[in-house]
Amino acid sequence: MTISEQELARVAELARIRLDPDTVTDVTRRIGNILGMIDRMQAVDTSAVSPMAHPLDTVQRLRPDEVTETDRREDFLAIAPVSEAGLYLVPRVIE
Amino acid sequence: MHDIALEAIAGALERREFSSVEITSHLLERIERANGTLNAFITIDREGALRSAAAADAARAGGATGPLLGVPIAHKDLFCTAGLRTTCGSRMLGEFVPPYSATVVERMAAAGCVTLGKTNMDEFAMGSSNETSWFGPVRNPWDTARVPGGSSGGSAAAVAARLAPGATATDTGGSIRQPASLCGLTGLKATYGRVSRHGMIAFASSLDQAGPIARSAADCALMLQAIAGFDPRDSTSIEAPVPDYVSQLDRPLAGLRIGVPKEYFDPGLHPGTEAAVRQGLAELEAQGAKLVDVSLPHSPLSVPAYYVIAPAECSANLSRYDGVRYGYRCKDPVDLRDLYERSRSEGFGEEVKRRIIVGTYALSAGYYDAYYRKAQQIRRLIAEDFRQAFEVADVIAGPSAPATAFRFGEKSSDPITMYLEDIYTIAANLAGLPAMSMPGGLVDGLPVGIQLIGNHLQEGLLLNVAHRFQQATDWHRRSPGFTA
Repeated sequence: MTISEQELARVAELARIRLDPDTVTDVTRRIGNILGMIDRMQAVDTSAVSPMAHPLDTVQRLRPDEVTETDRREDFLAIAPVSEAGLYLVPRVIE
Repeated sequence: MHDIALEAIAGALERREFSSVEITSHLLERIERANGTLNAFITIDREGALRSAAAADAARAGGATGPLLGVPIAHKDLFCTAGLRTTCGSRMLGEFVPPYSATVVERMAAAGCVTLGKTNMDEFAMGSSNETSWFGPVRNPWDTARVPGGSSGGSAAAVAARLAPGATATDTGGSIRQPASLCGLTGLKATYGRVSRHGMIAFASSLDQAGPIARSAADCALMLQAIAGFDPRDSTSIEAPVPDYVSQLDRPLAGLRIGVPKEYFDPGLHPGTEAAVRQGLAELEAQGAKLVDVSLPHSPLSVPAYYVIAPAECSANLSRYDGVRYGYRCKDPVDLRDLYERSRSEGFGEEVKRRIIVGTYALSAGYYDAYYRKAQQIRRLIAEDFRQAFEVADVIAGPSAPATAFRFGEKSSDPITMYLEDIYTIAANLAGLPAMSMPGGLVDGLPVGIQLIGNHLQEGLLLNVAHRFQQATDWHRRSPGFTA
């Protein structure tokens, strides 16, 4: 499996990664090589195999619906790059 | 003082041969002298370390005891430490000071450990050579022209150079075992769910697991004892009692069945490494263990399956780094899209971006079945191979890495060559099994690691086998003789 530069650009956009135009060809080639290596999986028939999502095949643990955490809003806002009046600041989205 | 083993420190403190403040100061001075060369630490916490050492000394003077009380250690820089910068080896978290501590950090502190600082690592734990760190590569104390392995390269280099007697680490595809192997140390990755992942910065959540790197199995047993166990803050934490690992160390190996997978002795294995591993197996046999041939037929597929699952999970986990809530934010974004894209593109390094893109591709519409679902099916086949092998063997043994430490730049130009460093370690992560590496010889003056893989929750047995091996050999006592 190879990947075209256009496909790569689309995937990078989905991942919100901006590629330097000078490196697109090189990045595409390297990722194409990785996908080629990954394609060795296709040689094995897995039609009768159920996918394994968790190494121990356990189920999600549930807990009582009770408040156990304290409010740490100030602490978490304090590590934001930019915040004001209890809010995260981002560039204007709506004109 | 820096040559004393982790397991012996508490006894020396108890006998007042030295205080925790004394050994902590001594190690801090060594770290400060050595770090210019080795770059094993990203952050050195002199003040915090001396404060907790003094507290440990006071506690001991007041009658408190404990095998880790006052023992200095280092944490891999992906365990959150409240108030102490935690970078994950990335520019993205270059100035990040977590508001809380990882459970592993809390438990080590509760046991009385002193944190010397935070060790260098491949960025977001993605790498096998420590060359992807934003803070620069770590050098191997055995030969500073060579890599220490990765991603826990800083933890391994720090312990090998006698800058810390033990360090915490994590292993998603071999990141404890491969650096332990390349630096002549003992390192253990626990069963998936055995050690809490709370506060451990996520890479691939179905594979990530923590564990210790130290000089011996006895050292590792003490550290694992402190960090293992159920944690309600980790939804994948196993609710099973933690056995007494130390009391199991000495059990004789007579009758133990050691499975030797033929797939782990493939043409990719360096002949010198193979000879050392086979000699190690012979030593275990001499102690009464029985070697049995086993087959793990799907293990050649572990690398391709891993390079779908790990990037897929990484692309989801790392989507949280958006330049808004914490972490790196680009300068003067023109709009929200620009903020996201430039913060991520400037904040992440090449390997991390590569894996995010591969993972996003594998999960994207039209490709999910061919990649992610297929990889999860292969994963079951690999787990099934192990299940069958454990019907005839108690432990599986083989090499930890294909060869000894390589030179800087030797593998970094081609991602796939680098990925093959983990060819023998990845399968245990996919199957969620505990696995460790122990020193098993030297080839041209560089350490070789022997890997032991156990069934789920068999950490005690792995440590037992390694400890018995270390009673009869002295590879784990060999020091690179690094002058700090």
